[in-house]
Amino acid sequence: MSSWTDKRPMSPHVQVWKWHLTMASSILHRVTGVGNYIGIVLVIAWLFATAVGPDLYEPLAGLIGSIWGQLILFGFTLSVCYHLLNGLRHLVMDAGAGLNPKFAGFTAGLAIVLAAVLAVAIWYLAGLVPGVDPLNMTGAAS
Amino acid sequence: MSKPQPTMRTALGKVRGLGSAKHGAGHFIAQRVTAIALVVLVPLFLITLINAVRGGYDGALAYVADPFNAVLILLAIGAALYHMRLGMQVVVEDYIAKHGTKAVLLILNTFICVVLFAAAAYAVLKVAIA
Repeated sequence: MSSWTDKRPMSPHVQVWKWHLTMASSILHRVTGVGNYIGIVLVIAWLFATAVGPDLYEPLAGLIGSIWGQLILFGFTLSVCYHLLNGLRHLVMDAGAGLNPKFAGFTAGLAIVLAAVLAVAIWYLAGLVPGVDPLNMTGAAS
Repeated sequence: MSKPQPTMRTALGKVRGLGSAKHGAGHFIAQRVTAIALVVLVPLFLITLINAVRGGYDGALAYVADPFNAVLILLAIGAALYHMRLGMQVVVEDYIAKHGTKAVLLILNTFICVVLFAAAAYAVLKVAIA
């Protein structure tokens, strides 16, 4: 604050700005973008471990399989789902459609809700939720 | 657009086609084009990946060794890394005002994305071609 000497008006600051859905969705888009940046490191580490061999693969799989690993993986799933859905919304808005404030607010809320539903659905159907495996993805034997 | 629109741009500026950021709309367009690619690639990658993780180490090997999966992985990761490099560049430009720090972070961003791509490409090629 003290180092700011420019007297010209600044853009509205988040701390004095009333929260609304389009603002939340915009901030979430950026946050999940950075989240995906971190998440892809995990995906590439998994690929790399596959190429290197079981000595690296097994410890990494164990780490991802732990409680913290699963929490991070679900957060990454949520992050990807939201960024993808809201990214689609951005592409539509870039084309000049859906910009009316009321509708933009609706689609912003929709993207947030659908992302949560999609992430839970992926984990449910993929058999990643402990004890639940509707499509028998893990195989009956294991 | 048959009628000429009133504009503040100079004739030279129009010819060069570049805005105040000195690189025109290239960044904006590349961000959208990779986004469109990722709309298709990410769901495909996720669906096939979830199947692969189930099979443990051998399942992972078989997944990456499949020619279609190998190409899909390279496309998805390549587009994602390009897209996220552009995105992180904007985040750095927005929040870091100090020139030196900004330059260091922008270069670091590029290096991280290139290293990640090299690692992914090595892994996929090694498993798929071996």
